[in-house]
Amino acid sequence: MVQSEKVIEMIGITKKFGEFKANDNIHLDVKKGEIHALLGENGAGKSTLMNMLSGLLTPTSGQIRVNGQDVSISSPNVANDLGIGMVHQHFMLVEKFSVTENIVLGKEEHRFGFMDKDTANKQVQELSDRYGLSVDPKKLVENITVGMQQRVEILKTLYRGADILIFDEPTGVLTPQEIQELMSIMRKLVSEGKSIILITHKLDEIKQVADRCTVIRRGKSIDTVNVRETSQQELADMMVGRSVSFTVDKKPAEPKEAVLKVENLTVKESRGYDAVKNVSFEVKAGEVLGIAGVDGNGQSQLISAITGLMKSASGKITLNGKNITNKKPRMITESGLGHIPEDRHKFGLVLPMTLEENIALQTYYQKPFSNHGFLNYKEIKSYAKKLIEEFDVRTPSEVHSASSLSGGNQQKAIIAREIARDPDFLIAAQPTRGLDVGAIEYIHKRLVEQRDKGRAVLLMSYELDEIMNVSDRIAVMYDGRIIAVVDAKETTEQELGLLMAGVDKNRASAETVTAE
Amino acid sequence: MDILVLLQLIVSSSLMYAAPLIFTALGGTFSERSGVVNIGLEGIMVMGAFMSAVFNLLMFDTFGGLTPWLGLLAGGLIGVLFSLIHAVATINLRADHIVSGTVINLAAPALAVFLTKIIFDAAQTGPLARSFGRSNILGLQNIPVIGPIFFENTSGPAYLGILVAGIAWVVLFKTRFGLRLRSVGEHPQAAETLGINVLRFKYYGVMISGLLGGIGGAIQAQAIHNEFGILTVAGQGFIAMAAMIFGKWNPLGAMGAAVFFGFAQSLSRVGSYIPVIQDIPNIWLQVLPYLLTILILVGLIGRSEAPKKLGITYIKGN
Ligand SMILES: Nc1ncnc2c1ncn2[C@@H]1O[C@H](COP(=O)(O)OP(=O)(O)O)[C@@H](O)[C@H]1O
Ligand SMILES: [Mg+2]
Repeated sequence: MVQSEKVIEMIGITKKFGEFKANDNIHLDVKKGEIHALLGENGAGKSTLMNMLSGLLTPTSGQIRVNGQDVSISSPNVANDLGIGMVHQHFMLVEKFSVTENIVLGKEEHRFGFMDKDTANKQVQELSDRYGLSVDPKKLVENITVGMQQRVEILKTLYRGADILIFDEPTGVLTPQEIQELMSIMRKLVSEGKSIILITHKLDEIKQVADRCTVIRRGKSIDTVNVRETSQQELADMMVGRSVSFTVDKKPAEPKEAVLKVENLTVKESRGYDAVKNVSFEVKAGEVLGIAGVDGNGQSQLISAITGLMKSASGKITLNGKNITNKKPRMITESGLGHIPEDRHKFGLVLPMTLEENIALQTYYQKPFSNHGFLNYKEIKSYAKKLIEEFDVRTPSEVHSASSLSGGNQQKAIIAREIARDPDFLIAAQPTRGLDVGAIEYIHKRLVEQRDKGRAVLLMSYELDEIMNVSDRIAVMYDGRIIAVVDAKETTEQELGLLMAGVDKNRASAETVTAE
Repeated sequence: MDILVLLQLIVSSSLMYAAPLIFTALGGTFSERSGVVNIGLEGIMVMGAFMSAVFNLLMFDTFGGLTPWLGLLAGGLIGVLFSLIHAVATINLRADHIVSGTVINLAAPALAVFLTKIIFDAAQTGPLARSFGRSNILGLQNIPVIGPIFFENTSGPAYLGILVAGIAWVVLFKTRFGLRLRSVGEHPQAAETLGINVLRFKYYGVMISGLLGGIGGAIQAQAIHNEFGILTVAGQGFIAMAAMIFGKWNPLGAMGAAVFFGFAQSLSRVGSYIPVIQDIPNIWLQVLPYLLTILILVGLIGRSEAPKKLGITYIKGN
């Protein structure tokens, strides 16, 4: 039967970066016509393994077989000739080129070296029609949606005649609708006889489309299972290597005095409109206040104003009894603020700098890290090492650049830096975006731990699950206002959903009750 | 002065000054489109100027009237050689592009003057055997009114430069080579995953910049100064880079900007014939091109038109 034909076999693959084994004796086989999921935490070595299939990296040891033949994939061209195509985690698109130019690049239609645009556009259009991947061949990539950019990436592989398609965490940047579209595209592709490797750490996606799943943990392949016969809990446990819980265990909150007070705060966006409108609330010691809401309802600006990254137009912000309205970020930080920013690459880390420097970023100017303006790297290093150990940041060393860490470990490094200073008030904005269940569980635990130590925590998230799981009280933001504050134990997902859509509180509660 | 004669004077003198800038700015465009900043163009021009001067003096007996044109090739070749230093340093050894370019800019004049001293026993070569002079362009001077203004007694190299700019535009935007070269400057990882040899295309970009920059220097020596000395190039390479930026890394834009800078430079020569401008002290006219360069570089640098990965060393597999 065709079904059992193996298109890919990776046998005992090891890849070392220096002394660090990113892949350690990994086994993987993919059958023709299946969707094979590759599941593993951030930094488990999934992308590394796939980069060896696509010719970007070569294995330190081990054997790869494609369609039963021993091969050595020494360059992307070889992979291409073998019918392997990869849709990379970070899109590999030239923004200033048209869709067609991106697709044909490297394998251009030409006459005596001159580009044959019309033929190329036509071919792209045909390919797009044939697989139902709608794209606009002549548009510049910088002007199309993320969903279309991904379809362009898929077309790039199909244009090169790929039969084996690798998708590296394809859903991270997509909206829920786009994710559903992608799933049906993948099903369509396998029905056309293609084979797919789907890298992900999202369990529900695996359950939804994958036939089999290989689990990778810390560079080692753990097992390959039939997805239909395996529960999400089992998959999660295999991936993390222990039993993970999807809900946060926590004892009832014991809120005390207010640590942060926001009174009638208004924040103007650079274009002049009010992003935050006359907002008042407080966060008490010993509680987690969640800020829920659909992206773009003023949450980011609210946090920027509290942390001093944006000016407040009017109103008053008090932290530990000190007026911090429009004060400098450092002064606010020193008044007892810890901040896990929403965009970890832009505001959380200086990516090209080393991990130890990043860990010292909030305290480098203080003793013992600095003396009369000179940095004391010995102290910085030992402090960084201590935190790396304590917060389980997985990195080859403390002098690797922050950019070389996986997303989850970057986030852990930020959390280590902020929590280790033991701030009275901690802001966590989208702290688990893009992370796997193991890392999410860890971060939630740390947040609740701060609360239990009597600190005040503000959690901003667009994920309802997260907000409901971790918070004690939930403030819902809509159109720049806090339109309701509800008790996390008493509210429902449905009520929050309605509030987030701007339905006022009385009606939302009433509708929820009648719905039940 | 007759208005026609005045216009002809302004146009031909603008073009004469523009010619070296056109070539060098085009060279810079190729290099930067591949992602390599080449501020070493100043030094490359110096080497091109030196080489063409030596060639002009030594080979005139052999080549006669063709000598200045062949001198362009001599200058271009030494430019390619010098650009290879920059290519190896920035592409293979991952040196900072600005540092490597600065080294070239410091080394080239020193070397060129040193060699001049050895060969000619003086700091300058002295007058060349045959300079470009002025020519009529392809019979176009016979067109009424515009013929004499644009095509009579004017700069041959400038018109060659305008032609090369057109070719460069076609190469960059209409050919497979150009698409690949630009992809390497915009997103080298993407190019790599599609099987394009990123380092090789960066070499092409830098070497073309060496060729055109060397030719630019050769024109500077053979068409404007009629000798080689330490003052022959004096900042023209930087002005050409400004023209490239002003022209938004587009060959036709760079050419247009180079002509504009040529005009600015010619003002100090022809300004005394032009009403209004003749009242401006000459020193201001001489400073003007450099002032414009600084203003343009300060005002426009870092805009979104620049190739996205300009000046960033590409390391495979990252
Ligand atoms: N080029 C590289 N040099 C050094 N270490 C690397 C390199 N690429 C990946 N790593 C490391 O290898 C590990 C696995 O990375 P990766 O394959 O990207 O993980 P995943 O895709 O599963 O999240 C990580 O710890 C990462 O820091
Ligand atoms: Mg990855």
